[in-house]
Amino acid sequence: MSDAVIDLDGVDKKYRFFQLSDVTLRVVPGQIAGFVGPNGAGKSTTIRILMGMIRADRGSVRVLGRSMPREQAAAKWDIGFVSEDMRLHTSATVGWHMRFIASIYPGWDAAYADTLLRRFNLHAEQPVKVLSHGERVKAALLLVLARRPRLLLLDEPTTGLDPVARHEILGELMEVVTDERRAILFSSHNTQDVEQISDQITFIDRGRIIDSSDKETFLDRWRRLHLEVASGSLPPTFPGVVDTVVSGRTAIATTRAFTAELPAAYQRAGVTVRQIQRLTLEEIFVANVMNNRGPQ
Amino acid sequence: MHSGLLISHADPRPMYLQIIEQIRHRIAIGDWQAGQELPSIRALAASTQVSVITVKRAYLELERDGVIVTRQGKGSFVAEHADLGLQLHRRQLDQHLAEAARLGHVLGLATPQMVERLEAAIGAHQRRGSSEEIEDE
Repeated sequence: MSDAVIDLDGVDKKYRFFQLSDVTLRVVPGQIAGFVGPNGAGKSTTIRILMGMIRADRGSVRVLGRSMPREQAAAKWDIGFVSEDMRLHTSATVGWHMRFIASIYPGWDAAYADTLLRRFNLHAEQPVKVLSHGERVKAALLLVLARRPRLLLLDEPTTGLDPVARHEILGELMEVVTDERRAILFSSHNTQDVEQISDQITFIDRGRIIDSSDKETFLDRWRRLHLEVASGSLPPTFPGVVDTVVSGRTAIATTRAFTAELPAAYQRAGVTVRQIQRLTLEEIFVANVMNNRGPQ
Repeated sequence: MHSGLLISHADPRPMYLQIIEQIRHRIAIGDWQAGQELPSIRALAASTQVSVITVKRAYLELERDGVIVTRQGKGSFVAEHADLGLQLHRRQLDQHLAEAARLGHVLGLATPQMVERLEAAIGAHQRRGSSEEIEDE
C-alpha cells in the first residue's frame, strides 16, 4: 500500500525520434517536487503520462492511488494541470472561465479565486485575448488553484514570466503545501525556482532519470574542492569525484558524495585543500548531465 | 503571520544556515523570548518562500543545539535556555581572542597594531560574506 500521490514505476514510451526509458518517480503528500531537464528531455511527456493523456508502453502509472490512464476520470477531480499550451478560449473573459470551472468542480473556492484575482492583478472582465503571456499563465493557475486540488501538475509554470509574476506564483505554490495533504510536481529548466521551493528534485535527460534526491542532500553532497598538488603530480581520485581539472599545480575536483572524510583523504595523500565550495543547483544539474552523457 | 525572516539568493550561505542564523539572532536580541512559539515549519516555509525540507532542517539543527524545543503535535518553542548556544559561541570567541592576544605579545605587537589586524580580519570576513568554509559545518 502506497500513500504516494505520484508513483511511476519503470515507465517506457517509445517514439520515432525519442523515448522515455525506465522512468521511476515518487512524490508523497506535502511535497513540492521539482522536475528538471533540458528542452526535449521528456518532462512534458512524463507529465502527460501522469495526466492519462498518453498511455505508457510499459510500467506502472499511479496517480492519487489510481491507475492511469484507466481511472483518469476519477483521478482528475483532484488534479490541477497547467501546461504551456493552455487551452483558454481567447474570446471569453477570465470571469467566464471562472464561472465555467466553478460549474464543473464542486470544490471551487470563490473567495480564494477573488483573492487570487487581486494578488495576480487580473480582472474578471478581461477577455483572454488581451492578456499577456504572463497574465495567461496566472489566469490558468488561478483556475486550477481555486479548485484546491490535492495534486498540481505544472509543466513549466514560470517559463517566460517576469520576476514579479514568478515571485507571485512561487508564493502561491508555497501556500498550497501549508496543507500537508497536498503536493505539487512542477517541471522547469529554471533551476533557481526549483532550488528555492522544491523538497525533492529529479533530473531527467534524454528520456532517462539521471538523479533524484531530496534537495538538502543534493546541495550538501555536491562540492568543488580547490586543490594544490606538488609540481608534476596529479591528485589522486576518490569515490564520488566526478571530475578533476588540473592546471599547473592547481586542481579543481568536483564531487557528488562529499563528506568531511574527503578533504582529510586528500591531505593524507599530500594534496593541500585550499577551499571547499558549494554548488548551486544549476551547477549541479549541468555537472550531472555532462557526467551522465560522458565524453561526446 | 509574517516571520520577519528573509532569505537572500545573493548570500552564498545555504538557505538553511541563513534561517538558523536569523532565528538565533532574533532570540539573541530578545525579539523572540524563551517559551515563545515559533511559526510552524510550513508557515515559515510559505512566508519565506523556501521549501519545507529546508526549514525542517533548520529547525532540526536548532533543536539539536538546544535553541528550540519541539513538542509533538504542539509546535516548536524557544528553549528556556536558548542562550546556551550563544554563550558557547561567546566563550569560543573569548578563547580565540585570548590566544590572539598571546600571539600578539609573542610577536611584540602593540595594541593599535593588534586592533588594526582585527579590523582587517573583520573587513575580509564581510567582503567574502563568510562564504569560504574549509571545514564542513
